[in-house]
Amino acid sequence: MFHTVGKPVLRKEAHAKVTGAAKYVDDFSLPGMLYGVTVRSPVARGRIRNIEFLPGIPWDEFIIVTAKDIPGENCVALIVDDQPYLAAEYVNHPEEPVVLLAHPNKYLTEKARGAVRLDIEPMPAIFTLEDALAKKEIVWGDDNVFKTFLVEKGNVDVAWSDAAHLVEGEYRTGAQEQLYIETNGVVARANPEDGITIWGSMQCPYYVHKALLKPFPLPPEKIRVIQMETGGGFGGKEEYPSMIAGHAALLAWKSGRPVKMVYDRAEDMVATTKRHPSRTKIKTAVSREGKLLALDIEFDIDGGAYATLSSVVLSRGTIHAAGPYLCPNVRIRSRAVATNAPPHGAFRGFGAPQSIFALERHLNKVARVAGLPPEELRGRNFLHRGETTATGQEIHEDVNLEALLSRGLELSCYHAKRREFAQSNPGSRIKRGIGFASFMHGAGFTGSGERYLQSVAAIEATREGRVRILVSSTEIGQGTNTILAQIAAETLGIDCADIEVAQPDTAQVPNSGPTVASRTCMVVGRLIETCAIGLKQALSKVGLLGTGYSRSDFAAACTRYVDQFGGLKISSQYQAPPGVYWDDDAYRGDAYGAFAWAVCVAEVAVDTSTFEIRVNDFTALQEVGRVIHPVLAAGQIEGGVAQGIGYALYENVVWRDGRMANGQMTNYIMPTSVDVPRIRVFFEETPYTYGPLGAKGIGELPIDGPAPAILNAIENALGVEVNEIPLMPEMLFATMAREEVTIG
Amino acid sequence: MRAYVPDYDLVASAALSDALALVAEGRRPIAGGTDLMVLFEAGKLPYRRLVSLHAIAELREVTANATHVTIGALATYTGIQEDEILRREFPLLVRAASWTGAVATQNRGTLAGNIANASPAADSPPALLVYDAEVELVSARGSRWISYAAFHTDYKVTVMQPDEIIARIRLPRTTAGCVQYLRKVGTRRAQAISKVALAGLAHVADGKLSRIRIALASVAPVPLRCLETERLLERRRIDSALIQDSREVLSGEIAPIDDIRSTRDYRSEVARNLLAEFLESVPS
Amino acid sequence: MAKVAIEFRLNGVARKLEAYPMERLLDVLREQCGLTGTKEGCGEGECGACSVLMDGQLVNSCLVPVLQAHRAEILTIEGLAAVAELHALQAAFASAGGAQCGICTPGMILATLQLLERAPHPTDEQIREGLAGNLCRCTGYQKIFDAVREASRV
Repeated sequence: MFHTVGKPVLRKEAHAKVTGAAKYVDDFSLPGMLYGVTVRSPVARGRIRNIEFLPGIPWDEFIIVTAKDIPGENCVALIVDDQPYLAAEYVNHPEEPVVLLAHPNKYLTEKARGAVRLDIEPMPAIFTLEDALAKKEIVWGDDNVFKTFLVEKGNVDVAWSDAAHLVEGEYRTGAQEQLYIETNGVVARANPEDGITIWGSMQCPYYVHKALLKPFPLPPEKIRVIQMETGGGFGGKEEYPSMIAGHAALLAWKSGRPVKMVYDRAEDMVATTKRHPSRTKIKTAVSREGKLLALDIEFDIDGGAYATLSSVVLSRGTIHAAGPYLCPNVRIRSRAVATNAPPHGAFRGFGAPQSIFALERHLNKVARVAGLPPEELRGRNFLHRGETTATGQEIHEDVNLEALLSRGLELSCYHAKRREFAQSNPGSRIKRGIGFASFMHGAGFTGSGERYLQSVAAIEATREGRVRILVSSTEIGQGTNTILAQIAAETLGIDCADIEVAQPDTAQVPNSGPTVASRTCMVVGRLIETCAIGLKQALSKVGLLGTGYSRSDFAAACTRYVDQFGGLKISSQYQAPPGVYWDDDAYRGDAYGAFAWAVCVAEVAVDTSTFEIRVNDFTALQEVGRVIHPVLAAGQIEGGVAQGIGYALYENVVWRDGRMANGQMTNYIMPTSVDVPRIRVFFEETPYTYGPLGAKGIGELPIDGPAPAILNAIENALGVEVNEIPLMPEMLFATMAREEVTIG
Repeated sequence: MRAYVPDYDLVASAALSDALALVAEGRRPIAGGTDLMVLFEAGKLPYRRLVSLHAIAELREVTANATHVTIGALATYTGIQEDEILRREFPLLVRAASWTGAVATQNRGTLAGNIANASPAADSPPALLVYDAEVELVSARGSRWISYAAFHTDYKVTVMQPDEIIARIRLPRTTAGCVQYLRKVGTRRAQAISKVALAGLAHVADGKLSRIRIALASVAPVPLRCLETERLLERRRIDSALIQDSREVLSGEIAPIDDIRSTRDYRSEVARNLLAEFLESVPS
Repeated sequence: MAKVAIEFRLNGVARKLEAYPMERLLDVLREQCGLTGTKEGCGEGECGACSVLMDGQLVNSCLVPVLQAHRAEILTIEGLAAVAELHALQAAFASAGGAQCGICTPGMILATLQLLERAPHPTDEQIREGLAGNLCRCTGYQKIFDAVREASRV
């Protein structure tokens, strides 16, 4: 059907990556470069009394930067301008940056870091959601609350009386570290005459660009941000690079020399963002027929010490909290609150894994109370075309979630396994179980977000007869370069190999928006598709391209056009699909252009003598519009599932006084090759009209479902209800001991 | 990377006698580096002068005679896994070696280094304890053999003198016909630090255990031989009442703690369960 | 502490350099030898991104003091292929989708090289055990297993 889309073409950077030739920021140096480090607060909250530079270091050789050296505003621009680049008088979280140092010798720089003593008078700090909400201390604003949302549909309060069953539950999720294998790092060159250039590991070059306008008195055209090959991001390099880039630039500005700042793992773990911890309370009214009558949801997330992206994480979590179900009466009250932890930030899923965990656990409880199998309860409540979500968004596609769920259960042999485990579990030390989750994920920025971004993408023809894609969307492993090339190649009728993707460099590429929110394929890919159509038209209009042409014909046409007219560049700016309306004030309407839909099934085995939980098999089935690249798409699902398994069972952040105490890979546990199960991936395609060749977004979808599916499976195996993740063996043991569950 | 590299003085010796002279004058030995380099990079290596033993060939050998297998201090975990006699007669040590870190660690990490590092969570010690291992400590002053069971005296404290290094580990070849058990419960299935591990070894006749050895990791400040539990079980017929009693006696012998990886209560319960699993596996 | 003279064979070529004896082999390879294909991911021997072969054995170069590499034979990812071609392993990783962000890939390929030397037709379990010291955050390992299987069929 297609000549390149849907085919497993070789990844654009495959050769560079498998030969070690790909250049990440730490692989790159400039002459005269200094190494920069950050001196950070040892306490969670306090007033800086003094900064002492201890003897034994040749301080006169060092560049030292504190808040007072910042030429412009000491503020990391994001949403609410509350976070400083360097703490001036007060610190509000452990590891908050206070002093920057640079020196040509990287060993001496590190030694000097240990010789700066920060004298901080401690102030009372808070570390839990509960303490923040109870206002035990006010640590942010008037009431510790960054943001609240209220979503209402129908009238929840009158629905309770009709209910055959009322079910309540509370669900908690912990922090999660993104744990990209390449840590955060940048190289900066900065001076008032030439401006600033940043090379770095990042997801969003234009975020960094915008952020640097505040601390430095420079016009936008004097700031240049270049993305290097990036070793994983997962959200952890969405907003954080603005901070590290600012730091390196400050050192470069003061010293007049280039500065490299690359975090080691220990620093990256304790100082940078993590997934927001959450607490969700759900109260549900269900009819005798197993129909949802009311969903009353309280969703709270811990944002850490500064606002950063918490309001947007809260937004996405809020909108996803009611799931792919039809419920006439919904109320979702949500809050993002401040504590004295390092600010939490973007991590794949961005609020949805938290609220979906709660809902998919809760619906299994509802099913149990209503006396229905969990799949039956889902089946009676799924959304269909013409029905509306909690925000009142009408579903315009022929989604058949009953069939999707049914297929997912069939592919995973769910029913047969349930029967088998029910037989084999009694008397066995190893208890097995199987559970599922059904969910959706909205692609693109929420509501009016994409309109606000006004993303622009461009394609140009080169004199050499090639086509070059110009976007600020970054390749961070997910396959941006390859799928954008495929979309362009398909549209132009040429080969992927004829297409280049320019390095994201703000001096060379337009702002196609951040590489986040599952938007790169669906939104930016669509812009590229549009540009490609425009490019073809431009060539045809001047008679250089006929109706049928070969690859070499096309290349020749490009060359001739450029020779004749000087250049050929087609740009396209985002336009919202027709009929998409979102009301920011009422928080109602069409939250996303498209949802991808999914079912996942987890099979677990619990060893009741050690309480270890193992995922033995995993099935992920999703409807995604169009699969642009089968290997890359499956790779996204598999990677997201593995991170979801980590989220559920392994990745425990140990907090001590607001600081991550287990900030080493030895003690923060992600799954190894021995720990992951076989992950079986299946796609369905219902082309989305406004996606490139029908594609929706899929980057975050796969991490939404595994945790609740796994906990559902554990409940099936043991009959024990646990509603908190990560579910460590110690917690399972303690729960079972508390409930005096006898292992039979 | 938190160490100030220029401050560290490392030399290498190719001969044991040279190395011992350097240790006697205050240099600390480094073998495969898989423990010490981690400390070094965290900025936590407390000494600056070291001597590398890596080139001392005589310390790498694994040899055997009729009564003992002798493992050189520098034998790596990979070397241990490849040795035929160890695989046949000392499978618990081979299994522990396969669980220590992963392939790259096993290619470099040494048994002596594991012992000398003296972590109560180390993987090899429970196997060494149940195998009645002996350790040869050598210095410029001479050498001595001590029972491994007496090697650890407190958390990260051993009987080694500052000028001694471990040269060899010796295992008596008395495991024929024994039931052998080793299980490690870690933070994940591979490359994990142990939360609890239990090794068990015994001769079995008539459903009764004799010369029983039980040793655990991560339940005390040192790798622990459970003498009272062994005494309870010696020459007794295994039945469910005995297993229940032995669980209680074990509870009294171990002293696990809450730490960054696990909890005291979990470790206690799992230790008891591993003991029961070992005893239940004994053929009657 | 003065620097010392170190000699080793790197990707088949004799090299002589001066380094502090406790300098990590990883840093010497990346900085003095200019071979940046070997990566730092953790500095504690957990992630395997720094894996190289030393005297034919897979090691974490972040844990090797360069003094211990004196007179050794070292193979990094750069040594694996002739200039324009790819080693069969590299080709398999490329075509099977075994590399996403690519930061774990050099170490993963060398670990696979070691695995296939020891077990030319590895079982699934052997593949998983052989790669257990190389962490990948992007792929969930599935397509890395595919790449290894593909390479082991050649």
